[in-house]
This record gives sequence, structure tokens and C-alpha cells, in this order.
Amino acid sequence: MDFEFTSEQTQLADAVRRFVDKDYGFETRKKIVASTAGTSDEIWARLVDLGLTALPMPEECGGFGGKAVDLLPVMHELGRGLVAEPFFATIFAAEFIKRAGLHAHNAILENVAGGSIKMAAALTEAQSRYDLFDVTTSASRNGEGFALSGRKAIVAFGAQADRLIVSARIRNHDADHAASRDEEGLALFVVDARAKGITRRDMRVLDGHRVADIALDRVEVSADALLARGAAARELIDAVSDYGVALLAAEATGVMETLNAATLEYTKTRKQFGQPIARFQVLQHRMVDMFMHFEQARSMAYLAAGKVDSADARARRKTVSAAKVRIGQAARFIGQQAVQIHGGMGVTDELPAAHLFKRLTMIELTLGDTDHHLQRFIAASKEEPLGDERSIARQESEARLQRAA
Amino acid sequence: MDLNYSVSDDAFREEVRTWLSVNLPDDLRFKILNHRRLQKDDFARWHRTLARKGWSVPAWPVEWGGTGWNATERHIWDEECAAAGTPPVLPFGIAMVAPVLMKFGNEEQKQRYLPRIRDGIDWWCQGYSEPGSGSDLASLKTRAVRVSDANGEHYLVNGQKTWTTLGQHADLMFCLVRTEESERRQEGISFLLIDMKTPGITVRPIITLDEDHEVNEVFFDDVKVPVENRVGEENKGWTYAKYLLGHERTGIAQVGRSKRELAFLKRLASEQTKNGEPLIDDPLFAAKVAHIEIELMALEITVLRVVSQDGAAKGPGPEASLLKIKGTEIQQGLSELMLEAAGPLAMPFDENLLEGKSEEAAGAGANVDAAPLAPHYFNYRKTSIYGGSNEIQKNIISQMILGL
Repeated sequence: MDFEFTSEQTQLADAVRRFVDKDYGFETRKKIVASTAGTSDEIWARLVDLGLTALPMPEECGGFGGKAVDLLPVMHELGRGLVAEPFFATIFAAEFIKRAGLHAHNAILENVAGGSIKMAAALTEAQSRYDLFDVTTSASRNGEGFALSGRKAIVAFGAQADRLIVSARIRNHDADHAASRDEEGLALFVVDARAKGITRRDMRVLDGHRVADIALDRVEVSADALLARGAAARELIDAVSDYGVALLAAEATGVMETLNAATLEYTKTRKQFGQPIARFQVLQHRMVDMFMHFEQARSMAYLAAGKVDSADARARRKTVSAAKVRIGQAARFIGQQAVQIHGGMGVTDELPAAHLFKRLTMIELTLGDTDHHLQRFIAASKEEPLGDERSIARQESEARLQRAA
Repeated sequence: MDLNYSVSDDAFREEVRTWLSVNLPDDLRFKILNHRRLQKDDFARWHRTLARKGWSVPAWPVEWGGTGWNATERHIWDEECAAAGTPPVLPFGIAMVAPVLMKFGNEEQKQRYLPRIRDGIDWWCQGYSEPGSGSDLASLKTRAVRVSDANGEHYLVNGQKTWTTLGQHADLMFCLVRTEESERRQEGISFLLIDMKTPGITVRPIITLDEDHEVNEVFFDDVKVPVENRVGEENKGWTYAKYLLGHERTGIAQVGRSKRELAFLKRLASEQTKNGEPLIDDPLFAAKVAHIEIELMALEITVLRVVSQDGAAKGPGPEASLLKIKGTEIQQGLSELMLEAAGPLAMPFDENLLEGKSEEAAGAGANVDAAPLAPHYFNYRKTSIYGGSNEIQKNIISQMILGL
């Protein structure tokens, strides 16, 4: 076991921290998120220059082949700085192409690495809630290729993207299409976001991010736009969403760290009853609880990043869902208490505290909320053989020994 | 002890329910039931409607326009108003400054202000908190110096108030000012009534985290306030201020409103699906709804117990702090569960919908129920902070009830 980051990982995180501290201040961010575009080309170029978009891309596509563990310190710093650019949206969507392993789309990954292409994953629909397999968007045969029709909802930075990953259900003329939640017919496509038949509606979220509703009306794609279908599509969605949760968990811990620090600082300067409010034991204990939530959340973010590439899908699901649950609990406690301790100032838009709280709230609602992951955790636990009380570590260890033998 | 409503209570409920169904305008009902923002006229219109019926100030003594309802009847009224979806009758006039005027004001002040408060003619705001004086209210610094000139005697007020709710619409402010420096900070405070149109007053908006304009900063720069606008004795304002705070905290429990929100939550959760089933049937979610419903059932009886002890003569005691804490915990808990029920559908921020400029939510994931729930959740974080933070309320209970 080793909890130290490599010097490369540390250096990159430090560089992101310097950039955030120097060039992405609270006022700068406020202007960017209030602008019509909602994002900044200049800030994006800086993220690209830092190598962030290249970090997770494969080496053959001009990237560094970074894994979740490499992204963890970066996401943490972006969370600390409350950076509201489509970085996560882009690398999350690109991960589908990466893992589908079709070299036909390497050009996209090269452009993602180089920063010239932004991406978004259009998976959710109005009825789907957190169930990414609940898909009604249809893919009909269209010559060699497909025509996609349907409506995707709440797509993170969908209007800012150049390429979309779209989940749909392949319909055959001779068969009734399967119910919306079955694996049968499920498919993933990569689609040009400006293709004919696509209409996007950009909407603000109170945390400074953007989401889009995306209508697809007979959007024609070629056969090689199909990334995966059936069981493979299901596993791809499951694995990549876990990867996304691991990255969001790291972002959340960064937000929590800044929020805890801001709260601590506020209590040292705010005076009531003739003394800094930090002197009041009821607030001291509250902040101790916030600190402990943060440390527990950080441990789970580490665990998720470390296990998200596990070959054992059940162990991966269980670990990642556990992380999302614990991060969700910490996010809510820290967010609410930080606002409470800031008092009236906490509910104004003038201090970072409220914005950090809002981001934590929205992270909770992204890629499955606490209840969703609690149930997914329980389901994954039930798949463990009855009476098998070996820990995951023990099981993994035994499997390794067997392979070695 | 009998916790059942009497036959006459039932008849009373039927009477107010019928009246509300006829007299509450549909557009106001819609805004309230659907978490839309209210405009100035929405509050004013409803207050005038109640005043015409003679029901705008149920809790007041009958001589000033009160209805003479007992505690149970007032509770039934609050419950039916909340269930029907009436706009709130703002407390600043009828529930805050009016009780102070009745108890400590002179006859001229009562005659001048109370009928106008009853009828909703004057819009009042509260001048208590200052940037440096929130929980520690007695540390307030806004100064009032007594001077005389050709126009008579007045106070010259300088300083700043903050968190002034809906002060942008106000005609009058009841305001705590320091008229004398004293060893004990609670001494030397006076209670003034200030015309908001007086030269030297500047009202500046504070935008809250849900991007709404509900609260303000109010600046006083050599503002002249006639001496006859002081309530009670000079330097004794703290007594009146505290009396008022007790009244503020009873209404804050908001049991009726929480019952309505609970019903909304249940409907939303039965319409949203989770893994193909109604969310309300999800055991995790159902358990959370049940816990909050049980807490609300308990609070309702606690409120009734407290208000039934609360004779007209004596103001509510420190028990009001309990109602404030539990009431706001439940309100916030409901706002959280509503956000959870809406889930990702609450993410798009739809200002046109909130402001009533559009009846339909924008976008494919559009849901008119869900769209206002993120701003609502964020906005309701204020409830455990305003009216004396819940931490301060616990201090009050530990000192005044437990004697610690």
C-alpha cells in the first residue's frame, strides 16, 4: 500500500493549484459563468496547456495514458478552485471511446488530447432519473448506418460539446422494441454535436455549470459510429459511469476542503458577543465533524480511484457506490453546516461558501444520488456468495495467488 | 384532555374552507402551491382581501380588529390557509410591530398605525440586524442622537441595517437604535418607527444564493426621525425588542405550510419513478418521508400545547425557541426530500418559470414541479439562520428553560 502520489502527479496538481489561485479567482469565475457562453475559451486553453486534456488520453493519441488515480489530484484541485469548465464532461465522454477500443475514433481522442474538441455524454432522459439503462431514444437502421431520434435531458455541458456520446435503443423492423430498461438493443453512438437533426437547449444550473436538453430528429450516423451494443454497451455504461463517479468524488473532496477552510477562517474573523465565533464550543465541535466527514470522504475518493479499474466488476461497483454514498453524506453535512456557520453571509451569493455548497449539492445529484448508490452497494453485496465472509482484499489476494500458481 | 376537534370546530373549519375556496384567487394559489416567487402585489392583494372580510389579524384583541378565535380556531385557520395555498400574511406589521405597539405604544401611535397595519395599507420592515450584530443583536451600533431645530425635536439616525426582508417594498421600518452608550449593552437602545421615504435612507439589494432579491441592506445617513416616532421610553427599547422576538418565533413553526409541502412531496414522489416503480414505494425514500411526517405530527401537538398556554396578556415564553428549531428543521428536511425526489430534473435553473413569466418549464427534462425545487432548497437554508439562529435558540432554551 502506498498513499503517496508520484512526483509527476504532485507537480501537476501543484500547477493546477497555482493556475486556480492566480488566474481563476472568485470574481473571474463569477463573470464567466454569468456570460452567455457560460465557459471561457481562455481558461480552457490554460487547462489544455497544463496537459489536463491529454492526461487521460491514450499515448497513441497524443496523451499520457493517465488513469483515475492520476486524475484524482487534478480533479481535487479543480474542485478546490470550483472550476466550471467542461473538463470532466469531456474526459468522461471520451472514456467511452477509449474503452470501446475502436481505433476508428482515435482522431477524436487526439483532438480531445490537443484541446480542440470538447465532448459530452448524452445518456439521461427525462424519465430515466439515475438509471442509465433506461433509454427510449431510438436508433433505426438507415442504409449501412443508423438514424437516431429521441430526447436527451440534463446533459452536462451538452451545448458546449463538439462530439456527443448518445445512448439509444436499436429497433428492428421485424420485432417489437424491447422495454426501455432492458439491455437488449441498448447501444452507444458517437455523434457530431452539430449534425443535422440535433437541437440543443443550453440551461444554467445554480452551481455555475450548464446542462443541455438535446433533441435528436432522425440524426444520421454511419455504421462505425456504433461504439457498443447489448451486453457490451451495458457494461461500458456501467464501467464508465463508475469512472465518472470516481472523478466526481475527487472533485467533491476538493470543494469540501475549500469550504471547510473558508468556514474555519470565517469563524476566526467573525466576532459576536465580544469574541470570534470560533471560540464557541458548539461551533468547534461542528467544525470537527465537518473535518471528519471530509477525511472519510477523501479516503473513499482514494478507494474509488484505486479500485475503479478493477477487473472484478462486482467489487468495482460495490466500492464506487460506497464512495458516492459517503461523499454524498459528507457533501450534505459540510455544505449545510458551512452555510449555517457563515450565518446570513452564507446564504448570499457574495461569498464563495454558497457557491461551494451549491456545487456539492449538484455533485450529489450527478451520476446517481446517495440512495441510488446505497441500493447499488447493497445489490453488489448480495452478489457475494452467501457465507463467504472473506474481505474484498482477501478475495483479491487469493485470486492473485491462484493466478501466480 | 381531549385531542379531538369539537362539533363547533368542525363547523368553523367548514366555514373557513368554503370562504377560502371562493376568495383565494387561482393565480395566487398556483404560485404558492408551485413554489413560484411572489411579487409585491401578490402579498398586498391577499392582505386586502382578508381585511375586507375582517380576518387579516385573527390573533389581535377584538377591539383592534381581532376575530376572537380561540387557539384551536386560529390553528384551524392557519392549517386551512396553508392547505388552500394562500400567500403568507407578512409578519412585520401584524405579528411583530403591532404587538409592541399594543403593549408599549401610546394611544396616538396605536390609533395611527394599527388600523393601517390591519388593512394592509402600510408595508412594514424590520430594522434589527446589522453587519456586526446578528446573533449578538444587543451589540448594534446604529446611532440616534436627539436634536432640536425649528421643526421640533427629532433623532438624527446614522448607521446600517441588514437582512431587511422585503425592505425594497416597505413604507415603514421598526428599528432598533442606540440612543446612549452604556455599560450594559442591552441598555441605551431605543425602538423607533421610521418612514422609509425620509431623505438619507438608501436601500440596496442583497442577492441570495438562489439568485433572488428578498433581503436588503438599509443605510441611514443623517436621517431625521421625529421624537414622537419612538415607542415607549428612551433607552428601554431592548425590552420591547425581546417581546417582539417571542412573537416572531411562534409563527416560524409553519406547521400548516409543512403539511402542505409534505402532501406535495408525496405527490411528486408518486409521479417520479425509480427503477420503473413509483419513488414513493422505494423503501429508503418512504422511510425518510415517514420520519419527517412523524416529527411533524409531534410538532403540531407541541405547537398547540404551547399556544394554548399562551394567554393574550402574556407573550409567548422561551418555548417559542423549541417551535422555531423543530419547525425549521422540518421545513429544511422537506425541502431536501423534495429536491431528492426531483433529482436531476431540478438542475436546470428556470428563472422565467419562477417569476411566473412562463407557465411551462423549459427543455425536454422539463418538469414544472421539479424546476423550482433547487432554488427552494437553497433558499430554505435561511430558516435555521434567520429570526435568531437555531444555535441561539438552543442557548435560550438551555438558559431560560433548563436554567443552565
